[in-house]
Amino acid sequence: MAGLFSFVMDFIRIALRGDKLYYGWMATLTGLILVGIACYIQQFDQGLIVTGMSDQVSWGTYIANFVFLVGAAAAAVMLVIPSYIFHDDDFKHVVLLAEGLAVAACVMCMLFVTVDLGRPDRFWHIIPLIGQFNFPISMLAWDVVVIAGYLLLNLTIPFYILFTRYKGGDPDMRIYFPGVMLSILWAISIHTVTAFLLSSNVARPFWHTAILGPRFLASAFCAGPAFFLLTLQVIKKYTTFPIKITIFRRLSIIVTAALQINLFLLLAEVFTEFYHQTQHAASAAYLFFGLGGKSALVPWIWTAIAMNVVAVIIMTIHPLRERIGFLSFACVLMVVGVWIEKGMGLIVPGFIPTPLGEIFEYTPTWIEIGISIGIWAIGLLIYTVLAKAAIGVEQGAIRMKTN
Amino acid sequence: MDTEKTMGQADMTSAKKSSTGITRRSLLKKMGIAGATAVATTAAGTVAANVSGENATEFGDAVGEFFQDHYQKMSKQEIEEALARLERQYKRKYGVEVKVDNTPPQPNVLYGYALNISKCKGYRKCVDACVTENNQSRDPQVQFIRVLEMNKGSMNLEESDHYYNPELVPQEGKFYLPVQCMQCENPPCVNACPTKATWKEPDGIVAIDYNWCIGCRYCMTACPYWARHFNWSEPEIPQEEINPVTHYLGNRPRPKGVVEKCYFCVQRTRKDQQPACQEACPTGARVFGNLLDPKSEIRYILENKTVFRLKEDLGTEPKFWYFTD
Repeated sequence: MAGLFSFVMDFIRIALRGDKLYYGWMATLTGLILVGIACYIQQFDQGLIVTGMSDQVSWGTYIANFVFLVGAAAAAVMLVIPSYIFHDDDFKHVVLLAEGLAVAACVMCMLFVTVDLGRPDRFWHIIPLIGQFNFPISMLAWDVVVIAGYLLLNLTIPFYILFTRYKGGDPDMRIYFPGVMLSILWAISIHTVTAFLLSSNVARPFWHTAILGPRFLASAFCAGPAFFLLTLQVIKKYTTFPIKITIFRRLSIIVTAALQINLFLLLAEVFTEFYHQTQHAASAAYLFFGLGGKSALVPWIWTAIAMNVVAVIIMTIHPLRERIGFLSFACVLMVVGVWIEKGMGLIVPGFIPTPLGEIFEYTPTWIEIGISIGIWAIGLLIYTVLAKAAIGVEQGAIRMKTN
Repeated sequence: MDTEKTMGQADMTSAKKSSTGITRRSLLKKMGIAGATAVATTAAGTVAANVSGENATEFGDAVGEFFQDHYQKMSKQEIEEALARLERQYKRKYGVEVKVDNTPPQPNVLYGYALNISKCKGYRKCVDACVTENNQSRDPQVQFIRVLEMNKGSMNLEESDHYYNPELVPQEGKFYLPVQCMQCENPPCVNACPTKATWKEPDGIVAIDYNWCIGCRYCMTACPYWARHFNWSEPEIPQEEINPVTHYLGNRPRPKGVVEKCYFCVQRTRKDQQPACQEACPTGARVFGNLLDPKSEIRYILENKTVFRLKEDLGTEPKFWYFTD
């Protein structure tokens, strides 16, 4: 491990160096993180009473963001497969950035779950061996395992590749290939497990459906790469890192197919719920049309559907998709659309009505929103630093000094 | 219900021990207390050396609480220490001598409840008695029992009124359906918990270790009866309303940020008393007893009345039945 220290130091050095725009961006993120911390201190002190959650709707913004970000983390696999399995050089060029995004998303996932805990001081109770880990019965225990494991995989593989390049060598495929294979399976598993976390609940008919897992994967593989595509645009614009147009083209094909499948699965779900409406369709009725005079989520879900429909039209029409402006617009629509549909549009209506038929609505408080923004800022900060350093190594800006 | 299996469990004590667990934990705890002693001596000028004794400080107790093991993993002595620590903490917080006991389950006992909905008139006396007996937070108010005002001729819960408040009950055309924890034989909440902080006791009560719960609320998501409630803020109980007779798994005052629910008044029923809701009911609608005793009233009802259980199709096997005259 010769050179590890200088690698870390160079890594930190390049993360701290930049132009005015870079400092401005990092300062903004830091400011938002501080706002998040201030909000969290208040929540820690007074309890989760400062959130909009209740006994009726006992999960809200935090878990909604968690579910969305698990998808974003899993999406890295869509670049890992072509890069490492099919040795596509264009994809290989950016795959480390995708893995960096996966790391950032995993960290955000863990933070969102942690801020949702009533007793974060007892966090050690959930750590295997030290605490009491209800494995394999509890789906939440599974989620802890798969997300921690996925984070580890996405840290170690890029680390090995970057560190080898830093030392001026070529990464040995025999070393990293088993890890890559594992991370592909693992990416599928993190989102499947998170879907099972919800679909295993007999108490919540809205989630208790076999289609939830497939829907999760489909939406992840459109929103995740779409988000990544947007970050590539930013990197292309503000750095000298060359990103070929073919990357955008190929990624947009993946995104288009996933989005089409996602909309089809949504249609299948809606048809089954409403053709002959049973009491189990009450949550869906609340989400799409309102129930008992309560309809807080109705404008949100229709906005999300409209966004996804416009996006799928743009993405399906080849000449439109080819134009970068349209492509970026469609990506924004998809990311926001899926974030609403899979976050608030999936978690919150699962609780409305309650198992005893009470219709009680949920609105996040400013503290909840502040904490959520803080966590997003942490994620973006991590991604920025990792991407900047990875680009530095790839372009040869940092190399180990050889005497 | 799998009676044979449950009878087998009744012979076991609730505090299963793991020798490795104890060793590791005691070590952790000793280290923690040593640290606490050092910090307390310098910072507060007090000595937290004798944590388990009379002179235990607030800080020493906080450290002891932090390192407290899972209820089912604690040795007899560790449980004794935990109970004494809780009593000191309640004394400090509420100024009341609260007794926290740990009465074990009785052998050959499996609790069950039956409720006569033709007798229930919706007075909600059970709800009030429950809050008083079980040291529930008054502000915000936590209630274990929810009485639904239902339309006659329908079992549709979504048409029920949870907050009915007319001058007089019962109202014309309505019937009343009290719902509380069903102490399921196949409880989805127990499977959901990532830290095993909730489990089924040998006498059938689904218990929670309030000192082990991390407050993730996954069990609330899993419960089909909306029986589980969360302490969203520090529970508040007026000093004069504290019930000082408590059980570790039952009505001892709860901390902030943990889940709680009905436990069939474990502090009373394990001492052969009836649950508070049963005693409070003015119409005699509630029947509580031992399902394993063929001569019990509850067995008579199950054998001679037409009974039903709520959401039986979910396979949770509730030990709470409804019946009519």
